[in-house]
Amino acid sequence: MYVLKSLLTISNALPVLVAATFIFALTRMKKQPLWAEAFRRIGRNKLAIVSLVVIAIYALIALTDSFAWQDNKDKPPVSLLMRVFAAAHVQRERTYSAPFAHYTTGEPHPHKLKGWHLLGTDGAGFDVLMQTLRGCHTAMIIGGFTSFLITPLALLFGMSAGYYGKLPDDIIQYIFTVVASVPSILLQIALLLVLGPGVINICIALGLTGWVGLCRLVRGETLKHRDREYVRAAKALGASNTRILTRHILPNLLPVVIISITLGFSGLVLSETILSYLGIGVPAGTGSWGNMIDGARLELARDPVIWWNLTSASMALFILVLALNFFGDALRDAIDPRLRSN
Amino acid sequence: MIGYIIRRVLYAVPILIGVCLFTFVLFYLTTSPQDLARRNLSAKNPTPQQIKDWEHTHGYDQPKWKQFVRTTEGLFLFRFGKSDGVGGQRIITRIKQSWLPSFEIASLSFIASLLVNLTAALVIAYFRGTYFDSAATTLCVIMMSITYLLYIIVGQYTLGRLMRITPVGGYLPGWQSLHFIMLPVVVAVVAGFASDTRLYRTFILDEINQDYVRTARAKGISESRVLFIHVLKNAAVPVITNTVSAIPGLFLGSVLLENFFNIPGLGNYLVDAINNQDFAVVRANVFIGALVTIIGFIMTDVGYALADPRVRLE
Repeated sequence: MYVLKSLLTISNALPVLVAATFIFALTRMKKQPLWAEAFRRIGRNKLAIVSLVVIAIYALIALTDSFAWQDNKDKPPVSLLMRVFAAAHVQRERTYSAPFAHYTTGEPHPHKLKGWHLLGTDGAGFDVLMQTLRGCHTAMIIGGFTSFLITPLALLFGMSAGYYGKLPDDIIQYIFTVVASVPSILLQIALLLVLGPGVINICIALGLTGWVGLCRLVRGETLKHRDREYVRAAKALGASNTRILTRHILPNLLPVVIISITLGFSGLVLSETILSYLGIGVPAGTGSWGNMIDGARLELARDPVIWWNLTSASMALFILVLALNFFGDALRDAIDPRLRSN
Repeated sequence: MIGYIIRRVLYAVPILIGVCLFTFVLFYLTTSPQDLARRNLSAKNPTPQQIKDWEHTHGYDQPKWKQFVRTTEGLFLFRFGKSDGVGGQRIITRIKQSWLPSFEIASLSFIASLLVNLTAALVIAYFRGTYFDSAATTLCVIMMSITYLLYIIVGQYTLGRLMRITPVGGYLPGWQSLHFIMLPVVVAVVAGFASDTRLYRTFILDEINQDYVRTARAKGISESRVLFIHVLKNAAVPVITNTVSAIPGLFLGSVLLENFFNIPGLGNYLVDAINNQDFAVVRANVFIGALVTIIGFIMTDVGYALADPRVRLE
């Protein structure tokens, strides 16, 4: 009974909500000719399908890590992913051990391992495969939540600057010139110093520096659409400014915005590693590829070299980012053939 | 043109004031000077008097608007004041000591990247539509998907530790510094290679279908001459925009490379400031970063006018 009760928390409801919204949006989009055509083009592109499957696998792993429940009142909630590893009898070892090894590494008198580890164990004795899979969750939150913060901000500012012009445009252009003239890494450092560490704070810092590019893009596109016939026709019919912006201009901006967000997602995932290196990244204890790669700096100097930590984290990161990049390019080509890269 | 530059410089002033206001508000929204004093005073349990003294020496006891005017004025006149950390070192002395290594790495990797990427893009564009072209563009996407951190780690491990071509880290002033900044520059060039090359390739391909290229070919000019002389000149304008938008990115390189290779530059100073939670230093760095970026933006527009006779700066 208590297990069921502990399942009903906000942190469990959130991923379900996100997935449901996503699927709902996709089914709605499929009914529109532009998107139906785009989906058809992506379906013909084998590389895009493979990338999409890879991204879906990462998202699924992230989902299993976000569902957590308590066995009884006193224990902390344990996620589904951790339960899978517990069920497979993956235990914590004493210290480092190589993949498939039977004894620990780096101790004067190696100890026999309790179990078998596909990708070895890290310095604290945790299974590297488990740590790597836990990184999916953090990466997806950083990419997804930051995009979720950026989009409304950029749309609101960009569309009002482009549509109304004059004073609103001047003010918004001033704001984004100010933000754009600070190198984003410096701004992120300053923000994270005052906000403190944490995954959500990283998203806020990345969002506050990242909205500028999208805002500039949206402003430019809105300027283009503002004087088109269909907008003038809507105005002549007596539509209000808000109605024109939300019902007429916004749907025309969506392709550009979605392409830009998909292509930006991979950059956000990569930023996490850099912030982790600088010591203002994800706090220890949360799965993070950045922290694993950062830790490898010292491990490479050891003898024997501890390479499995670095390799698994960077491969996991590399495959996700590569799939995102390929899929983003395919999506751009499918939605807007004029923007094709070649 | 001079009038244009003067106007741009004048417009930079409100933007820099905006940057100062932004960092100032950010700072006061989240930390109180008392906390800061407690964090930075060396005594374990500082007395209220000690805290008051610390606030007084760092100027945190004045009214807020006065503090803002004072710090902004200081930043504009390059009087950065003292750091908030233990000892309260003057920020400007540290900046004077550390700007040179940062400048060396940033400028060398900037120029080297531009040359390497542009050449690579021209070569790829020369073989457009062949298997070499698609292999190269795919390689670019693959290289873009690798984190900067991994380039640094692997670069140091292979060039420094295994092959022993360059020192693993460290820095010596004077001509010897070239020996030490070689590895960071190589890493920066390799890490930035893919995205820029891919972009430059599309700029060049945009030009290749223009009428003037057909005319040049019809005149019997060789394909390589068309590409390297005629097309290159016209592709220069988007390339200039892109290289300048890369200037803020040089700070990221500086922060990561200097810290990793233990080079006493501005980036390393910034990482020290992060570890000491030293906001005065971060504020000074943010200001310098914004200043350099704005100067870069102005230089782009001037560069446009020089590269493209059709551009008039009004």
